[in-house]
Parts: sequence; structure tokens; C-alpha cells
Amino acid sequence: MNKVGSFIERYQLSHFIILAVIIFVVMPLALDSFRLNMVGKYLTYAFVALGLVLCWGYGGILSLGQGVFFGLGGYCMAMFLKLEASSPENTAIQSTPGIPDFMDWNQLTELPWFWEPFHSFAFTIVAILVLPAIFAFIIGVAMFKRRVGGVYFAIITQAVAAILTILIIGQQGYTGGVNGITDLRTLHGWDIRTDEAKNILYFVNGVLLFVCLFAARFIIKSKLGRLLVAMREREDRVRFSGYDVSSFKIFIFCAAATISAVGGAMFTLQVGFMSPTFVGTGPSIEMVIFCALGGRLAILGAVYGALVVNWAKTSFSESFPELWLFAMGALFIGVVMAFPNGLAGLYQTYIAPWLQKYVPEKFHWIVTNKYAEEKPVSATTSATTEGSETEDSSADTKKSEKGDLSHAGN
Amino acid sequence: MLETNKHIGPKDFVLSVEGLTVSFDGFKAVNDLSLYVEEQEIRVIIGPNGAGKTTVLDLICGRTKATEGSIKFKGKELTKMNEHQIVHAGVGRKFQNPSIYEDLTVFENLELSFPRGRNVWGALTFRRDKEVIDKVQEVADMIFLGDKLDMQADLLSHGQKQWLEIGMLLIQDPELLMLDEPVAGMSVAERKQTAELLNRITKDRSVLVIEHDMQFVADIAHRVTVLHQGKVLSEGSMERVQNDPKVVEVYLGH
Amino acid sequence: MFADYSMAELTSIFAMQGFAGLILFSVFVLMALGLAIIFGQMGVINMAHGEFMILGAYVTYLTSNIFSSYLPESVYGSYFFIAMILAFFVTGALGAFIEWSVIRHLYKRPLDTLLATWGLSLIMQQLYRSIFGAREVGVTLPDWLMGSYAITDMIEVPINGIFVMILTIIITIAVALMMQKSRLGKQTRAVVQNRPMAAAVGINTERVDRLTFALGCGIAGIAGSAFTMVGSTGPTAGQLYIVDTFLVVVFGGASSLIGTVASAFTISQAQSTMEFFLSGSMAKVLTLLTVVIILMLRPEGLFSLKMRR
Repeated sequence: MNKVGSFIERYQLSHFIILAVIIFVVMPLALDSFRLNMVGKYLTYAFVALGLVLCWGYGGILSLGQGVFFGLGGYCMAMFLKLEASSPENTAIQSTPGIPDFMDWNQLTELPWFWEPFHSFAFTIVAILVLPAIFAFIIGVAMFKRRVGGVYFAIITQAVAAILTILIIGQQGYTGGVNGITDLRTLHGWDIRTDEAKNILYFVNGVLLFVCLFAARFIIKSKLGRLLVAMREREDRVRFSGYDVSSFKIFIFCAAATISAVGGAMFTLQVGFMSPTFVGTGPSIEMVIFCALGGRLAILGAVYGALVVNWAKTSFSESFPELWLFAMGALFIGVVMAFPNGLAGLYQTYIAPWLQKYVPEKFHWIVTNKYAEEKPVSATTSATTEGSETEDSSADTKKSEKGDLSHAGN
Repeated sequence: MLETNKHIGPKDFVLSVEGLTVSFDGFKAVNDLSLYVEEQEIRVIIGPNGAGKTTVLDLICGRTKATEGSIKFKGKELTKMNEHQIVHAGVGRKFQNPSIYEDLTVFENLELSFPRGRNVWGALTFRRDKEVIDKVQEVADMIFLGDKLDMQADLLSHGQKQWLEIGMLLIQDPELLMLDEPVAGMSVAERKQTAELLNRITKDRSVLVIEHDMQFVADIAHRVTVLHQGKVLSEGSMERVQNDPKVVEVYLGH
Repeated sequence: MFADYSMAELTSIFAMQGFAGLILFSVFVLMALGLAIIFGQMGVINMAHGEFMILGAYVTYLTSNIFSSYLPESVYGSYFFIAMILAFFVTGALGAFIEWSVIRHLYKRPLDTLLATWGLSLIMQQLYRSIFGAREVGVTLPDWLMGSYAITDMIEVPINGIFVMILTIIITIAVALMMQKSRLGKQTRAVVQNRPMAAAVGINTERVDRLTFALGCGIAGIAGSAFTMVGSTGPTAGQLYIVDTFLVVVFGGASSLIGTVASAFTISQAQSTMEFFLSGSMAKVLTLLTVVIILMLRPEGLFSLKMRR
């Protein structure tokens, strides 16, 4: 048993190394500063996708409001940067110097109280990490303690995303409205708009992403990870083994929220603005497809999913903008129906065995991929039951085909 | 031993259920039920379908909330507690259909039931140390699965799955073990083994069993409670219950 | 905030806003009815429901164009009824096709259905944009729906609004009757309660699923048809209402049509009354927030049977 354990460590490590090489070596060498910054932006979405792997893939909790947490992180950072950019000297021409320009345009004459603490960078960092988690905690306690899950939870989180968007757009004077918080310039005097700064931020972003990936891996590998899987299968059994099921769901939802918020903050830093377009229901559900494409049980898949979808989106909108929604829609339907385990599942089923044929046995551990700790979702489930109100996605894993994973590890 | 319970004070009961009632939209599935279980007793509940047997177990383990009445376990009132708190208090529950984690191995099934690291932090920092491994092996041997630890639970036979679930409860070392039809779907040989198993494990605890198989009931029961329409119809030794004309009429006579 | 208005003004404000709320209520009910049937009876979330509604609206728009181009002006007044029937069958047929090609493979994975239908909604939106253009289109109302009816000298209500409301009432009653009395309705309820048993007594459960889904979509088509009476139609108009409609259905307690109607009424009235005193966006925020908080406290909704475990 222990032998198997260390083996898993070894070949999973190879996949981490491959991703690290792609992010830290290949991309910076192959791309110019503009494109690299773009990839950096895509990678901030990978944080959200990673959070979704944890809470949707493992926890069975589909949140359609992850944009809320991405946005909260992004707005916290944007508020700090905006205050720095709105020094009295920079804003001398305003009727009230020293407050952000959009407040001045909206006839505000002093800084709203909730903006005040964002003068402090330390507070901002804490807020980015804690505020979304608190928000997720409130939603989680309210929903999971009452055993609401599945589609109900999805709808409620979607409504939360909608509410927050309307609120941000409606309260222009306090939030910058539909344009968001723009014209961000410096971080502690360091100009974040230069190419050099953007390159550095790309690497900072990459490092943070790896920190989150390792944290996610730690969670999945711990007993908590196995409990999440067990809960999706037999929630009652877990409960009657003495576990407070809701506390685990709340935890994983909060963890996903915090990870998403880090992505949001890095987005603001790299792109130089934050706006409600990243908070609403549309973007929030789009972020789910990053996770689904990568493979809902694959933490590394989340990164590839985010990269591939966003790269495709950019290429499409450059050449055939009218086709993008078709492609995106087809992607949603196709992934869900044909490849519910996403790219990771495809790699697992088709590419890894093929590679194994041509790679010497000694190096098999590099190409084998046991991407998930449990059996993945089957694409071919027959229609016999309908979802009930408290049912989560647990049903989907129950009937999956046996043994399609086990051969890889042993 | 069995006929002396009148002289024992309530303190000696592990479980005392009094005036328990639950109604679902007016239908009283359990109606003013009282039930007392002693230490180290194997109590079997029998009764026709719809008598409220499973509901009684649901009420004790907190799956269903009582409308009225009290359930006292070692002096603690269970009706106000959550499921996991009831488990922590020492009540274990086996479901009618084997409820195990089919995607995990036998070892992992038992490990997840090991009573350590039950909160979020504990689960994150849980380590598979010698204590866990030894305990899992011990319980696995007891439930006849000692050589199947690495097998995926899905591949076990129906009877083995039932044992595994009993094992998952044993590893929690509950003082009250509640089993809902533990031998349903088992072969004759498996039934015998299960009866032995139950007789062995009851040395340290009380057991509350729902069962239909009369031979099995006769093998294990210290006392039998007959439920009918949510009420206790008869109670006592197997022999006495079997000869109770009321019982014969509603149940055994069929 | 009331001090600036006289008593008579306040009365008419409430009456007018109440009436505006009633139109919103009609749209909610019509959209929510179809959704409630699909979600409440089948447990499927149809994220493309708004797009089905818009399909109904486009069918109505096309019908009105055909009437005004090819048929004598005297019959134009009746185009709406033809359009409504067409909308019902076109969206219903598309619904049946979608159920057959996508939904039925995903019944065991309700969350995946949600994602797949979202993908469908994106495709439908883009199709509308390619075919009808990004701009909103409107129909010319027949003469008999023009104008307004003055109840007092301060309170006027538009006739098209009254018409839509009457239509809503008729459709709601028809759907309720159908679910209660018709064979399909009885079969649907049987399948919901116990699928294997329903199959065992000879109900073709797959056919029931398909018809139920088609019916829900067909009602969305009628909703779209009615929608053209009070607003113009654009490719993304369906998205505007979808979150509200989901909340209406969930708030009403998914499985109950009365609940759906009651919750549509509550939400629409709250929103439109508040809209007069607050900005439109704050009214919406407050309404949705209240609904979400109530749902967090009472997840089973307003009207519901005991929560199933």
C-alpha cells in the first residue's frame, strides 16, 4: 500500500514539472510581452477553475457564482491600486482632489467608509484572502446546514452573481459602475503598466498558481479529500460515521472562493482594471467550462482547460467573432455529453496508452496519468431517474464503468 | 435474566425511549412508543411491513426528527442532537441496503470510519499511522475480510458488503449498535457467520436489530419487541412473543 | 419619501405601478410555468428556457410580417392567435428534439444538464443574431390592442397589458387543468412519484419525459408570443429574465403551480412598487436579495410538500 502511495507521488510529480516547464520556460521564451501578459490573464482564470475542481469535481457542489469571488478579489486589489493612483497631486484638477475620479464624476465629495481601509496594502491582502471566504462561509452555512445542494445551490449562487453585478453597476459612485475601476497605475510606486512589470507579474502569478495547485493537491490527498468523494457517493453513511457533512462542504466552498479571489487579484494587477463583466452570471458559468474541459477531477486539467478555452476565445474573436458563441455552446454540450472527464480523461484513455507503447518502460511513470483519485464520470448513463431537490451530482459517479482507471496506477 | 427487568431501575438502561411519536402530515408512523434496552442486550424488533421499525431506528439516530417523546441514551437526550453528535455519543447505525463507499477499498472504507479526525482540521491532518492500520486489520479479521483489505468494496459479495458496513460501525466502537436487516440477501452459511459475529461483538455493547428471518432472530435475540402500526404489540423472549395470540394474529400467523 | 405626494397621487402611483407589476407578473408566470413543469416534474434545469421563449417571440414576429406582406389588412388583427399556436408547436417540437438528442442522456446528472442547456442557449442566441440581426425587433400591434383604458382620470391602463394578463390567466388555468385531468398530466405525475412503478404499469416513461419537456418548451413559446405584445425582441432578451424566473420557480416551491403563480405575483409586485421609489437597479437588488435570503431560511420555497431526503 505504501509502495503504491509513493508511486503516485512520483508520476504525479512529473505532470507538475511538465506544467511548470510550460508556464515558466516555454511560454516566456515563445511569446512576446503582449502575448505573455495575455497568457497571464488566462492563468488567473485557472485559479477559478481550480476552485471549481475542488468544490464541484470533488465536493459535488456546482457554484454558478464563482465570478463573485474572482470579482471580490479583483475589486479589493483594484480599490487599493485606485487609491494609490488617486493621490491629491494626481487628482488636483478634480473638484474633490484625493478621491478616485469616478467618485468625483458622480458628485461624491469624500471617500466612502468602506474604501478607507484599502489605503493599507496589508489590509488589502488580508481582505483578498478573507473577504471572499467569509462571503462563501455565509452562503455555505445557510445552504449546507439546511442540506440544500445540487441545482438549488447552483441557482442561488447564480442569483447572488446577478445581484452583485446589478449592485456594482447601479452604485456607480462607489464602485465605478459598468466601466469598473480603471486607470490603475502603480503598486507602492512601482509602475505595473510597463512590459517589465508585466513579465514579473506573470511569474508571480505562476508561482501563486502553483502554491494553490499544491494546496489543492494536499486537500485532495488528505482524508478530507476522500471524505468528499465518499460524501458524493453516500452522504448518509458519512454522516452516520460521525462527520458533520455540512462543515466539509462549507470548508471546500470557502477554499474554492479564496483560490478564485487570488486569481481575481492577480487579474487586476496584470490587466490593470476590474469591472463587473467578470462577476456576472455569464462569466461565472463560463468559468465552469474551463474546469469541465480540463477534467472536473483534475487539478492540473483546470489550468489546461482555462488556457485552451481562453486561447480559443481570443483566436476566434480575432478572426471569426460570430462563430465564437457557437463554438462555446458546442463545447459545453460536447464536453458534458461526450467527454465528462475533459482533457484529462481523453489523455488518460487515448494518449497515455499510446505514449506507453513508444516510451521505454523505465520512463512510463512520466506518461502514465492517474489524474483522479476516483472513478470518473461516465458518459453513457441511461435515463432512469430524475434529480430530487436535495440530490447533488452524486448519482453521476455511481454508475460509471469499472476499472477504466485502475490499470493505470497498478 | 430476561424476566427480571421489572426490578431494574431506569439507570441501568442504555437506551430508554419514552412516548415517542412521529407524524408525517398527520400519519403517525410511530405512535407513543416506549422501549428500553439494557447493557449488552441484543434486542430484535420485528413486525409486519409498515409497522414503523425502520422509522424507530431513524428517530434514534437522528435521521428523522421526533414529533413528541424522548430518547435517552446513557442519560443524554438524543432528540435534540444532530446525527454526527449522536454518533459521537456512541450510537452506530447500519442501513438496510449495504451502505458502503463502493469506489474505495475495504481498507479505506474502514479507515474513513475510524473515529479520529472527524472535523475539518482533523481530516486535513489525519495520518495513516500504526494505530489506524492495526485497528483496521483487527476489525477486518473480525468481519471475515482480513485478507481483502486492498479489494475495491464494489467487488465484494452482497453478504461481505453487509459485513463491511458492520465493520465500519465496529471500528467506531459504539455502545449501541443498530442494524437494519443485517442478513437480508445472505446465504445460509453467511447467516450463521453473521449470527456468530453478532454474538461475539455484543460482549461490549448493546445491539438493536430489525430482522425478518425468524430462524436468525431465534439465534441471536435476547429479547424481541413486536411493532404493529407504530406501537409495541408485544415484548419478551422469543418464545413468549411467538405464543402471544395478538402477535400470531397480526404477524406470525400469516 | 411619501411626504412629497398627495394622497390621490399616491393611490394612483400604487395603482399604476401595481399594473406595471401585473405585466411583469404575466411575463414571469408565463416563463415560470414552462420552467416549473420541466424542473418540478423532471428535475431538469433548462438554462435555455429564455431562448425558447425568444424563439416564440421570433415566430410571432415572422407571422406578423407574413400577415402584413401577403394577406389583406382586414385579417391582420387575428395574426396573433395563429402566431401563438405556431409558436407553441415550433418551440415544442424543438424542445422534443433537444430532449431526444441531449437531455435524455443526462437525467442522472442534473448539474450537467444545466451546463449542456447553457451551451444550447449560447448557440440559440448566436443563431438569432445571425438570422435576425443584433437589433431588437418589434411587431406592429393590431388596432384592437392599441390605446389604453382610463379607469379614473389619473389611472390609465394599456389595453395590450390587459390582454396579456387575460391570456396569462387562461393559459395558467389550462396548464393546471391539464396537469390535473389529462392523461399526460396524470402520467407525468405518476412518473415523478415512482418511475419504475409507472413503467411497470405500462406507462412509456421516455415518451412522457419527451412530451413533458416539449410541453414546457411550448409554453415558453407562448410566453414569447405574449411577450411581443409588451416589449421588443432581441437575441439576448431571454437572458434578462432567466435568473428571475428561476428564483420565481424555486421560491414558489418547484412542484406546485399555485406556488409558482403566487411567487411570481409577490416578486413582480415587490419589484415594480419599489422601482418607483428607488432606482430600478436597487429595486431589483433588494427584491432578489430578499428572495435569496428567504430561500436560505426556507429552502423548500413558499408552497411545498415536506422536503424529501
